[in-house]
Amino acid sequence: MVGTTLACALGKNTKLANKTILLLEGSKQFQWEPKEQYSNRVVALNLNTKSLLSSIGAWNHIAAVRYGSVKSMQVWDAVSDAMIQFNQDDYLDNVAYIVENDLLLHSVNRELAHVQNVNVLYQAIVDSLKLPDVNSDTSKVLLENGKSFTCDLLLGCDGANSKVRKTMGVQYLSWNYNQMAVVATLKLAENVDDDHNTVAWQRFLPDGPIALLPLRKNLSSLVWTTTPNNAKTLLSLPEEQFVDEVNSAIWKEYPKRSIVSDVMKGFDRFLEILRLPSNAVRQLPPNVSGIEEGSRAAFPLGFGHATKYFKPGVALVGDAAHRVHPLAGQGVNLGFGDVSCLNEILGDAIYCGSVIEDVDNLRKYETERQRHNIPTMLAIDGIQKLYNTNLTPVVLLRSVGLQFTNALYPLKVTKKLYFINVYWYPSNRGI
Amino acid sequence: MLPAFSSRFRLFKKYYSNRYENIIITNYLNCSTNTSIDKDEEVYFKKHSTEWWNKMGDMKPLHSMNKVRVPFIRNGLINTGLVQKDNFNNATPLKDLFILDVGCGVNFAIGGILSEAMARLGANVTGIDDTKDLIEIATSHAALKSDLNNLQYIKGTIADHAQQSSNKYDAVVLSEVIEHIKEKDKFLEACVNCIKPGGSIFITTISKTNISWAGAIVFAEQFKLIPSGTHQWDKFILTHHLQRLLEDYNCRTCLIHGLAYNPLMNSWHWTKNTMINYALHAVKDV
Repeated sequence: MVGTTLACALGKNTKLANKTILLLEGSKQFQWEPKEQYSNRVVALNLNTKSLLSSIGAWNHIAAVRYGSVKSMQVWDAVSDAMIQFNQDDYLDNVAYIVENDLLLHSVNRELAHVQNVNVLYQAIVDSLKLPDVNSDTSKVLLENGKSFTCDLLLGCDGANSKVRKTMGVQYLSWNYNQMAVVATLKLAENVDDDHNTVAWQRFLPDGPIALLPLRKNLSSLVWTTTPNNAKTLLSLPEEQFVDEVNSAIWKEYPKRSIVSDVMKGFDRFLEILRLPSNAVRQLPPNVSGIEEGSRAAFPLGFGHATKYFKPGVALVGDAAHRVHPLAGQGVNLGFGDVSCLNEILGDAIYCGSVIEDVDNLRKYETERQRHNIPTMLAIDGIQKLYNTNLTPVVLLRSVGLQFTNALYPLKVTKKLYFINVYWYPSNRGI
Repeated sequence: MLPAFSSRFRLFKKYYSNRYENIIITNYLNCSTNTSIDKDEEVYFKKHSTEWWNKMGDMKPLHSMNKVRVPFIRNGLINTGLVQKDNFNNATPLKDLFILDVGCGVNFAIGGILSEAMARLGANVTGIDDTKDLIEIATSHAALKSDLNNLQYIKGTIADHAQQSSNKYDAVVLSEVIEHIKEKDKFLEACVNCIKPGGSIFITTISKTNISWAGAIVFAEQFKLIPSGTHQWDKFILTHHLQRLLEDYNCRTCLIHGLAYNPLMNSWHWTKNTMINYALHAVKDV
């Protein structure tokens, strides 16, 4: 997804018009037909990603088919009453768009087909790579079918298990969360109007967060992070029982600790005296009535970050450079952020007469992205760790913290950065 | 007290600035003379020529300077209307333009650092230099890149070149050159002679102020930003002196920007302050 978008963005950049781009795609040529049934793999795109897709023309194709709009988000804690809400000014604009992975890839591919200077080679499995050294200025890619290519600049968008990254030999910091994400397409009980299923719900359970992302009026996509054992059980349950489990995860009351409740009540009163929004108003999440047949799946979660994104003549983009927990829906947005940044830096460099493999440009790309990616990733990892425990003092602190953050607009703005996107104008007090 | 100090300071400054010149001149006094280049400087530049294309080597401020001076030249040519509209924001904005990159034996830009960048933007670039070694480095480096067939190098002096190619170029670029030239008036006359009426001259150089002595000579040499002996303060030129000289040859100055170098980041940026480095764009009267 990120690699194809990068090829399309670079190919459409007029400043790079005299460069030829080869996209090596491991899979077969991607065919997509519009289907009634939604796919269970969806991504939450923030506004920056949407404008990138609009700029390469792919958003038109997505909009012509379907996407879910998130006008507000509600995040709450299962073991306390703390909650936080995010939305744009007066709910006028979306905070995120929920798009199926396949539709996104299909839309970018449609645009890519019109780009003259990009060639795509399908089923290209990389056998070995040779990076620039003292003897040569170019990178060499050898495919399993014996073909080989040389290039001035090699961009590795080959996912979390990146071969390019391994060949570069950069330090890669990684760990597993010992959690699995269970995904499914859920049918909602309330047959609400089209405009109304526009809230993304996320509840932090002791095992991990469960999130419902709106697809259309009575359909939502589920991302449920839980322990590997529980994930296996959930996948093997009959569908009706799975639905019960989902409802219970959203609605179940956990025993509240009196100290946490007392402190929060006291803090609430304090906020009222200051005339700041209190925790009192909370929207109720929907009931789940069923799931789309065979839409359940699970995948493991981990964290990873390459300490360097480039070496002479080669750079890492997207998941090859960084991997995060999906609790904030940011993984793919970080990758698309890399694409926008690299596209702009390379275009400007060429427009200044620089050569495309110039390490100064790659260094600039790395600096700019790491300044954004590292704080975002650390915040996501911090939230994951903060909510992955049941220790009373931690629960107390995080609840009061969340309550306070919800009350204070400026803090909410910064925190929201990590949740969904960068544009936010304060005004609301909930519904 | 103060006047005494000030005169001593002046003496010291003169000594400090010219100490390499004195040493070299004694050794190479018998070199053949030439109108516009200083033989002693040529020897110095030859010495450092092997470092030319090492981006992290002695010449690294010149590599990073491309990030400001190439846009300066490109935007200057766009603003004076020489670039066709179709080429804005294109891969080759300087297509069909003829540019002369003057080196005159001592030009930093010549090793091709600047010439190649302009050629990549589509311009037909002629690099002229009187130092054989530098021309050889530049030519061999350009030969590595097959797509640079719009770039040629000439070994010779600007005075000779001006005789054959008056009114030929859309732009003449003197980047970090003029501060190495003694007879600036004759040199500029020859350069301006090569420009078409309505064409531009782009100059980046160092001003002749106490601050530039402290910054571009003492500081830069002590902190090894540039090799010792690169600059001689006596040959630096103030902005308004340069402007005045250009006016003598019918060139109207339309832009003067200060340039500042950040040695920690190895980056250049524009500034209001023209006390040390500055860039000047002037247009030849039609």
